[in-house]
Amino acid sequence: MNKPLPNSLRQGPDARGRFGPFGGRFVAETLMPLILEVERAYDAAKKDAAFQAEWRRLLTHYVGRPSPLWFAERLTAHLRKAAAPGMGAKVYFKRDELNHTGAHKINAVLGQILLAKRMGKTRIIAETGAGQHGVATATACALFDLPCTVFMGATDVERQQPNVFRMKLLGAEVVPVTSGAATLKDAMNEALRHWVANVQDTYYCIGTVAGPHPYPAMVRDFQSVIGEEAREQMMEAEGRLPDALVAAIGGGSNAMGLFFPFLDDETVAMYGVEAAGRGVDTEEHAASLTKGRPGVLHGNRTYLLQDEFGQILEAHSISAGLDYPGVGPEHAWLHELGRVNYVHATDDEALAAFQLCSRLEGIIPALEPAHALAYVMRQAPAMPADKVIVMNMCGRGDKDIFTVARHLGVKL
Amino acid sequence: MSRIAARFAALKQEGRKAFIPFLEAYDPDPATSMALLRGFPRAGADLIEIGVPFTDPMADGPTVQRAGQRALKAGATLAGTLAMVRDFRREDDATPIILMGYYNPILSYGVERFCTDAAASGVDGLIIVDVPPEEADEVEPAARANGLDLIRLVAPTTDEERLPRVLAATTGFVYYVAITGITGTRSATTEALAAAIPRVRRHTALPIAIGFGVRTPEQAAEAARIADGAVVASALIDTLAANLDEQGRAKPDAVRKVLDQVRELAEAVHAVTAPA
Repeated sequence: MNKPLPNSLRQGPDARGRFGPFGGRFVAETLMPLILEVERAYDAAKKDAAFQAEWRRLLTHYVGRPSPLWFAERLTAHLRKAAAPGMGAKVYFKRDELNHTGAHKINAVLGQILLAKRMGKTRIIAETGAGQHGVATATACALFDLPCTVFMGATDVERQQPNVFRMKLLGAEVVPVTSGAATLKDAMNEALRHWVANVQDTYYCIGTVAGPHPYPAMVRDFQSVIGEEAREQMMEAEGRLPDALVAAIGGGSNAMGLFFPFLDDETVAMYGVEAAGRGVDTEEHAASLTKGRPGVLHGNRTYLLQDEFGQILEAHSISAGLDYPGVGPEHAWLHELGRVNYVHATDDEALAAFQLCSRLEGIIPALEPAHALAYVMRQAPAMPADKVIVMNMCGRGDKDIFTVARHLGVKL
Repeated sequence: MSRIAARFAALKQEGRKAFIPFLEAYDPDPATSMALLRGFPRAGADLIEIGVPFTDPMADGPTVQRAGQRALKAGATLAGTLAMVRDFRREDDATPIILMGYYNPILSYGVERFCTDAAASGVDGLIIVDVPPEEADEVEPAARANGLDLIRLVAPTTDEERLPRVLAATTGFVYYVAITGITGTRSATTEALAAAIPRVRRHTALPIAIGFGVRTPEQAAEAARIADGAVVASALIDTLAANLDEQGRAKPDAVRKVLDQVRELAEAVHAVTAPA
């Protein structure tokens, strides 16, 4: 990569919501005024100390932040066994799976719900894939007494029954979406359509760093609490910055949250792990940066899985949370700059990592961070023993035990 | 003068309003949609809108979504859509054709190449739903260089502050989206339209057509009375969809039934008279 890097990679997006050529506001006119309203409201909230204090209060006392930074000693020792002498980096987990609701999603949801209230919106809609974002949104809506409608692909409703029931217990309405392949992409289409029809009173709480500006920047800002904490905690634990960060990428919100505070630290390498499904050389994967090309979908320009005619392809991953044919625009930019390395792990590798982590660390990871862990298992043995990796354990695996059992041929 | 400007000028001179039917290219197969396209002008279409199928039509309701899925299954592409227009132009050089679709297939084709080919094929205007004025520089230079009108959507949510900006980026005519919502769902009230159209008129001299939720001859006539034209899409697609067999093929009289409906709608619109 010979391109000179800008002075800071933490300035984006520009006034048009672009990260380099990516991002933007590609929405129908009906939504445009509302998108601009969200942008204005968020700009004001960002600078409002009372807003920030209320969000921080919720993070501390409701979510349980800061989440611990855990030295995965047994995993580290296990990986060193197979490594050459003197090799095998220390592996830390940033334990966002311990958050209330079991994943990182709640960080940005609470910020957005506070924003919605500030904007005077009286109902909330959200899309969800694995159901984690839906559960987080339903949770926040219960807390703030707001009606909540969650759009979820009918296929995902089937494979994530526990989360569907959870959302209903929390008082949310779950709308199964049957268009397209009935997964996350279609849920997002339907949420956007519903929003267009209910612009006056409704706030759309997007779960990832995608969608039209200002969503990618706003969700990243809220999720950056992950990286800010990790940075501080690592200084405390090791007295220095980590050498590598690893996070799973679907839309990319947990990765953006971990990476963003470190983007200008040149010594910190970053790895975003895409879902390779049944392999990136098959047609069944969700590796948009590895195998896609730039296009426009869901309000932003980014890397997309698409055919030669610009029709969007269906993604595949064992993890419903990574089953998306696009990726946040900031990732697309960091990919082209070469600042972050985008790699991938297959369904089978994630399943193996899922089981290994459960046995070695007593932590059942969600299938999403199991992809990140699968890459850690490859990368750590290739790094000297005095190097340090931080992996984002962005969700817990309770929701996935049925899927995993089925893949292992176990009947529950 | 572009075909669109010429057509609206001629209508104005005759004191008539424009009827603009819509069809989804390749729905349910290329031959049927070509037969509809050819039949539209004789059935009373003043301008024609052709939908370009896309896997993820964000602004469309179930009717147009399903039409797009049928079309994609039948092999629809942007190039195939342009070929339909070329075929149509062999026998009709006057009826303006507007392509309506989403940005990604155009991006994939290449914006400049697309504008060149579209103009050469006889396309007159573009409605790219997910390219708002804020992103207009993506397509404006190439569209302008090729003489293609960029028709913009104005919605009930487009406020006073925003209207001049949206209209400044518009050529050909203004497409007023009657409802805050997706295509083929609900309809606007006469009162809402009667208040909205003069608001737009204050900012532009361009003709205004009303679409989204215009389904019946009565509604089309109403839209024509208040504005300069009416667009009907989902109601026509519903008729086509109701005349497909179990395998999704068009029944023998499907085209005739849609054209009969076009005729009925066109007559209602043309019965509205305006001062010349």
